Amino acid sequence: MDLEGRDVPPTSDSSAISVSSVAAAGLSEDTPFRRVVTDFAASRIAIVGLAVFVTILAAAVFAPLVSPQNPYDLAQLDVLDSRMPPGAQAGDGKMTYWLGTDDQGRDMLSAIFYGLRISIGVGVTATLCALALGATLGLLAAFFGGLVDSFIMRVADIQLSFPAILIALILLAVLGQGVDKIIIALVAVQWAYYARTVRGSALVERRKEYVEAATCLALPSSRIVFGHLLPNCLPPLIVVATVQVAAAITLEATLSFLGLGLPITEPSLGLLISNGFTYLLSGKYWISFFPGIALLVTIVSINLVGDQLRDVLNPRLQR
Amino acid sequence: MLVYLIRRATQSVVVLFVMSLLVFAGVYAIGNPVDILINPNADQEDIERAIKGLGLDRPLWEQYLVFLKQAILGDLGKSFVFNVPALQLIFERMPATLELAVTAMLIAIVFGIPLGLWAGLKPDSVAGKTIMTGSILGFSLPTFWVGLMLIMVFSVDLGWLPSSGRGPTQELLGVPVSFLSWDGIKHLIMPATNLALFNLALVIRLTRAGTREALMQDYVKFARAKGLSDARVIGVHVLKNIAIPIVTVTGLQFGTLIAFAIVTETIFAWPGMGKLLIDSIHVLDRPVIVAYLLIIVTFFIAINLLVDLCYSLLDPRVRLADAKS
Amino acid sequence: MRILATLVVALVLGVSVHAADLRIGLAADVTSMDPHFLNAGPNNLVAWHIFDALTRVDENARLVPGLAESWKATDATTWEFRLRRGVKFHDGSELTAEDVVYSLNRPATIVNSPGSFVPFTRPIVSKQVVDRYTVRLRTAGPYAMVPYDLHSVFIVSKRAAEGVRTEEFNQGKGVIGTGPYYFVSFKRGDRMELARHDQYSGTRPAWDKVDLRIMPTDPARIAALLSGDVDAIEQVPTADLPKLRANAKFQVAQKVSWRTIFLHLDQSRDRVPGLTDRSGRPLDRNPFKDVRVRKAISMAINRQGIVERVMEGAALPASNLVAPQVFGHARELKPEPFDADGAKKLLADAGYPNGFSIVLHAPNNRWVNDDQVAQAIAQMLVRAGIATRVQTLPWNVYTTKARNREFGVSMLGWGSFSGDLALRTVIATFDAEKGFGTWNWGRYSNPRLDRLVTQALATLDEGKREGIAREAMTVAMQDYALIPLHHQISSWAMRKGLGYTARTDEYTLAHQFRAQ
Repeated sequence: MDLEGRDVPPTSDSSAISVSSVAAAGLSEDTPFRRVVTDFAASRIAIVGLAVFVTILAAAVFAPLVSPQNPYDLAQLDVLDSRMPPGAQAGDGKMTYWLGTDDQGRDMLSAIFYGLRISIGVGVTATLCALALGATLGLLAAFFGGLVDSFIMRVADIQLSFPAILIALILLAVLGQGVDKIIIALVAVQWAYYARTVRGSALVERRKEYVEAATCLALPSSRIVFGHLLPNCLPPLIVVATVQVAAAITLEATLSFLGLGLPITEPSLGLLISNGFTYLLSGKYWISFFPGIALLVTIVSINLVGDQLRDVLNPRLQR
Repeated sequence: MLVYLIRRATQSVVVLFVMSLLVFAGVYAIGNPVDILINPNADQEDIERAIKGLGLDRPLWEQYLVFLKQAILGDLGKSFVFNVPALQLIFERMPATLELAVTAMLIAIVFGIPLGLWAGLKPDSVAGKTIMTGSILGFSLPTFWVGLMLIMVFSVDLGWLPSSGRGPTQELLGVPVSFLSWDGIKHLIMPATNLALFNLALVIRLTRAGTREALMQDYVKFARAKGLSDARVIGVHVLKNIAIPIVTVTGLQFGTLIAFAIVTETIFAWPGMGKLLIDSIHVLDRPVIVAYLLIIVTFFIAINLLVDLCYSLLDPRVRLADAKS
Repeated sequence: MRILATLVVALVLGVSVHAADLRIGLAADVTSMDPHFLNAGPNNLVAWHIFDALTRVDENARLVPGLAESWKATDATTWEFRLRRGVKFHDGSELTAEDVVYSLNRPATIVNSPGSFVPFTRPIVSKQVVDRYTVRLRTAGPYAMVPYDLHSVFIVSKRAAEGVRTEEFNQGKGVIGTGPYYFVSFKRGDRMELARHDQYSGTRPAWDKVDLRIMPTDPARIAALLSGDVDAIEQVPTADLPKLRANAKFQVAQKVSWRTIFLHLDQSRDRVPGLTDRSGRPLDRNPFKDVRVRKAISMAINRQGIVERVMEGAALPASNLVAPQVFGHARELKPEPFDADGAKKLLADAGYPNGFSIVLHAPNNRWVNDDQVAQAIAQMLVRAGIATRVQTLPWNVYTTKARNREFGVSMLGWGSFSGDLALRTVIATFDAEKGFGTWNWGRYSNPRLDRLVTQALATLDEGKREGIAREAMTVAMQDYALIPLHHQISSWAMRKGLGYTARTDEYTLAHQFRAQ
């Protein structure tokens, strides 16, 4: 069975699948790095995905350098330039809006670069934090078993049946609005996925001889957990994480769409899309369409890379 | 087996308890429903009367105890804004959501399994690659975006399908359903497709992955070597191998579909439970939010249990006692 | 089960669209069929079809006779209402004074309502049936708002509603009114079906059947109109107005709404949340206490720009707390002209040559384009030298925080059909006991204004009262008690061949649609 990542939605007490699925990936520990690279490069479409993603990443990182305007600086915006079609000249004649402007007179091209920065930043940070938290809890659950395991897994159960929107709303009310808050909300929503995945593979690893040996040597638990178990659970985690970055970006976009996302003056791609959507029926397609395409291309490229990684890291599929 | 079921049941009760506590505190933290709904010209006396009338004047722990006492008797309280028992409100909306979720799941399975098999059997063909790349789109497009696009194209531009709402309903075994009339089906198509996309992609990928793995297995190679027809190999051996993940995921996703059809129901104004939840959150209608989440958790617990039981039927190697390590 | 069956029958019958049927797409959900349960716009909208009140407001928000043909104050604390004769309920019985007294008593019996109608009935301390068609109402002190308040209390049939619980109304039990349409079915979250009341006492209603459908998502509502699923919709998103106007198959009806959008500036405390100097240090005094600063903020805002660019023309720059057609509007006030340089100069005069820094709060799902308006204002304030950050929140979070006074600068929208009443709630000195200034988030306080408002509300002569109300409005606005932005213009869109008498109070009423 090949069931990592988003393919394994909240499974309660279904260690059965995670165990066997991850058993597969667990075997890849002796796969040399070089072979992974060669195998990865075997798929042209994955290479294209990687290239696109690197380009997007570069655009996001260097947004302040490549953008004609700082879309987050209100002093640079002019509401009198709002909703201009692609290619229009600014009212003061200083710049051309190649992709048009939004309802605040924001240059769409700059807004997309900055939006990518926020979306990817939020997605990656949230995923890493959720990964760290989830993996730790999952490892602890697997290693200690018993009460600890039951407790952590029940908390995960509760977590998984809590709608993201309610979590976001509660955090918004208690903590206020901001990039850091949305990251907290995303971590709160996603950690349970990792906890489950890691717990599944760790349960398999725990019964292996090297762990037994380490236990016999009376190594401290922390060293066994993080020194031995964790590295051996990593391959499936990496795959899950690539896909979850995309999921986090989408979730942030959805929360923004529901009005629970980021500050409106610093729009992410999701916020740009939802702000622009009101204009789609009226023919001002560019406000929503271009950010939509940017989001789509980003997520597709991440998924293409993640997909190939999954195949490469699964030894049962070696030809 | 019995011990196992009892243990699961006890844990579930604890989960339900914690859940209700969390939601109670969470909604309290967001705000006060009276602030949102009171007549703007009301004076202090009016405000206090309203707060008292809803029982919100007592300390939070006391409100919770009152709720708990009622809940044990099966009464989860009355909606603040509808003045109708929360459970009745939710059960009234349930058929609409169930109909939507079942249709979405059917779409995902009926289209997903054949496409996935194809992609798995011919992974290097153009068709196989197209299917896989296409399935990435299913993952990548935010639901709200696709939903609005569907409305744009099929309602506004082409005028083929109604833009929102549920069509006329007929009664089937006492449950109002809309798929018995053409008009009802037309209303159902877009929201169900929108909700199905993610799961369609999921089923395609699961099927493909399972198929590819199965083809590598010795027993399939053996079956082929024995000269069994392709149809039989695929129909019996491969499909059996992918049954477990499909059952798991469809089971679990079904729960998620029901619980979180929020976005789809909001966009298509589908009068289901998800829309009820979001409306209730907007006005902080606590009894409905609490009751809704408790029902959903119960749903999840039940589905998880069913899925686990299905395993033991499908795969004798999985024993329930082990599954609960 | 029986109810479901009736629903199904009604729906099956309702499938064929008759020429004289009207289908309207509504923008918000209706929670109950009990007209006395929850005082919320969408609920009242439906109730106005089925029920009627003693008084009404016309499309200009002016008070006109309803079920009462006339009323007068017989002394300082007594009001006498004379009912029209021969008004028939949907069950054929005649409306009498007993029904009126019953209906005025009923809101107080519904205790578990988060938005009760009691504020309208509580000032009336005694009710007396003089004869079959006359009711006498007494208030504790002189109170001019009685006829206005009674426009909000629907009259039900005592015989039909007595002993019926709010829940049962949803199935049609007790939903017997004197309105132009009678109740057929209510499918929560989806639609309401109504049919013509043939014995209606006013103009004969034009439609055999009326189907009110709930369509909260803007694009879906527009799409429903464009694809012919409904004949008319309310709350047309501003973005879609130009295209609808250009489309020969549809028409648009508009009216300046009673809803005014403005900014509250916290002027009560020395330390205001979010208010700092440019480097982020708290200010030693509160600049909003200086009327020059308030004026500078008003001058820095380009209202015409907001109306044209953000609202796409669906708004009117505001100088008053109430719209021009509303009682108590002070005509001599003019919208503040946009003058960024003047604003900068005024700020310098007030001791802030480098400006300062604020956080502007606004909801993001409450008023038309609320979050966009907030951003546009922020741009303009930044240009005038006030560093502005924008925070937008969903209304449920926003309103609680605003009432807890966590905001220094906050956006609020207000709809009222009399200026003095609006001033009482929004600008008068905060006094929870009296119900004064309950939405005065800025905690502005001016004893002269309080006196004028109190005086207006106790003046029973409408002409004199309006004069005082205007004076109070002028006092408040010239002191920049708050910063008025614009009056919203509400829009309805409908297929060609229909006309609508657009209303100030934003209600969408089937009986005001007609075939042209």
